[in-house]
Amino acid sequence: MIVTSELVIDVRNVSVRYIIPHERIPTLKEFAIKWLRGRVVWKQFEALSNVSLAVRRGESVGIIGRNGAGKTTLLKVIARVLRPGAGTVSTTGRVVPLLELGAGFDPELSGRENIFLNGAMLGHSRRYMARRFDDIIAFAGLEEFIDAPLRTYSTGMVARLGFSVATDVEPDVLLIDEVLSVGDIEFQQKCVDRMNRFREQGVTFVLVSHSLPTVTNLCERAVWIDNGCVAMDGPAAEVVAAFTARSAGVQPGAGEADAGRSRISA
Amino acid sequence: MLQMVRSAREILKYRTLLATLVSRDLKVRYKRSVLGVLWTMLNPLLMMIVFSVVFAKVFRFTFEHFTIYFLSAFILWNFVSQTTSWSTACLLGYAPLIRKIYVPKAIFILATVLSGLVNLLISLIPLAMIMAVVRHPIHASVLFLPLSILLATVFALGLSLFLAGICIEFNDVVQIYQALLLAWMYLTPIVYPLDVVPERYRWLIVANPLYPLVETFRAPIYAGVLPDSMTVLRAAVWALAALISGWWVFERRSDRIAYLV
Repeated sequence: MIVTSELVIDVRNVSVRYIIPHERIPTLKEFAIKWLRGRVVWKQFEALSNVSLAVRRGESVGIIGRNGAGKTTLLKVIARVLRPGAGTVSTTGRVVPLLELGAGFDPELSGRENIFLNGAMLGHSRRYMARRFDDIIAFAGLEEFIDAPLRTYSTGMVARLGFSVATDVEPDVLLIDEVLSVGDIEFQQKCVDRMNRFREQGVTFVLVSHSLPTVTNLCERAVWIDNGCVAMDGPAAEVVAAFTARSAGVQPGAGEADAGRSRISA
Repeated sequence: MLQMVRSAREILKYRTLLATLVSRDLKVRYKRSVLGVLWTMLNPLLMMIVFSVVFAKVFRFTFEHFTIYFLSAFILWNFVSQTTSWSTACLLGYAPLIRKIYVPKAIFILATVLSGLVNLLISLIPLAMIMAVVRHPIHASVLFLPLSILLATVFALGLSLFLAGICIEFNDVVQIYQALLLAWMYLTPIVYPLDVVPERYRWLIVANPLYPLVETFRAPIYAGVLPDSMTVLRAAVWALAALISGWWVFERRSDRIAYLV
């Protein structure tokens, strides 16, 4: 494993606010009425507040935390899916997001066409994908079903195809959100092998997972996100241990609702 | 302006995706068959019959080849109205994708407009057939059509970006726009000649951006002459104005689209 001093992900003082869904003004009619009455207010939920994270080339970072803590939001910010309300994000090299397996797949198209569609979304040309095609289906183990429409695939098969397309090209930065647990044992092992190979080759990855063993196995470093803030950042084993200790001490669910409420502002 | 060049460059980087989106659109529409292509030609044909009967017989428009006069404008109108109304809903259709993966959002609008453009080109075929049937001569002036179509495409893209930017925030604009479209069609001399409009209301028609665009397209087909330079200039100004303002509105919102869909 090679960790250099070069920063590949640099998240600085990032805050992300969501407009709470039922408070969104969805129509021009409502907006006009509220505006005329001078009552245009948006309630917002701060999913990330002032988060900074610097990742060097070759690092493997696991992100842990409770449901709704802001882990996925952080990953989406790094993947440029969400533009933060405040702060800056910069990445270098080819960033491949695996935010949800099957994102960017069209259920009506066949597996074959979906490989090209997904490749196009990652910015690859058709000719390039045609060259990689055999390797992709071989890794996914889907040779027999490649011409069937994707809607006939099982969840596991879609997951395999998604992982296979995304990781076929060696990315500079791989962002993974809780997707390794979908396939069967055999495929999971293939994924872990590929991830380990990436790690040896110096690919940076950021992994969001609720599976603490996965984090300790695959990552050197872990970041614990709590209530939209970085609670702890350090060697994976230590962070996981601290998180486990805290989770064991807190009644499941207690405090979560309060914490959520305190982050809502008008 | 510099920003605009930068986004155009980014879209160019994703040209494979653009091509894939357009071809998927067309596959869905034509169901991968010649019959599907013929089927889409049926719609303008039926419209033509209805309008020809209503306006030629009921209103007794007695000028020559009313059918061609109407149809040459109607397919252009169809292109602008279809692409812009598809664009109002198109981002919502791609919502699962937009929430999970980064791509320049304008690419979805561009793909919608381009697949409408293919539609427009295809509908030139039944138009040519009808012209042959009613023995309306085809002049060399049709060589001007690529420019007319380009202007209409730029205009449609600009308006589509504008509407998509607004509709992502306020989804009732989709319905409002449908109503406006109906009014817009009758404010454009598509089914009637400009000279049936009383003199003092004529400015209203001439100020309509679609009027020069339609004339630029219709003159080479129907009259067999090049459109006059003033009309072309007006069409070009409207097209550019639509593109710049539409792009501006869309770009300002494009960062927030992932939060809104």
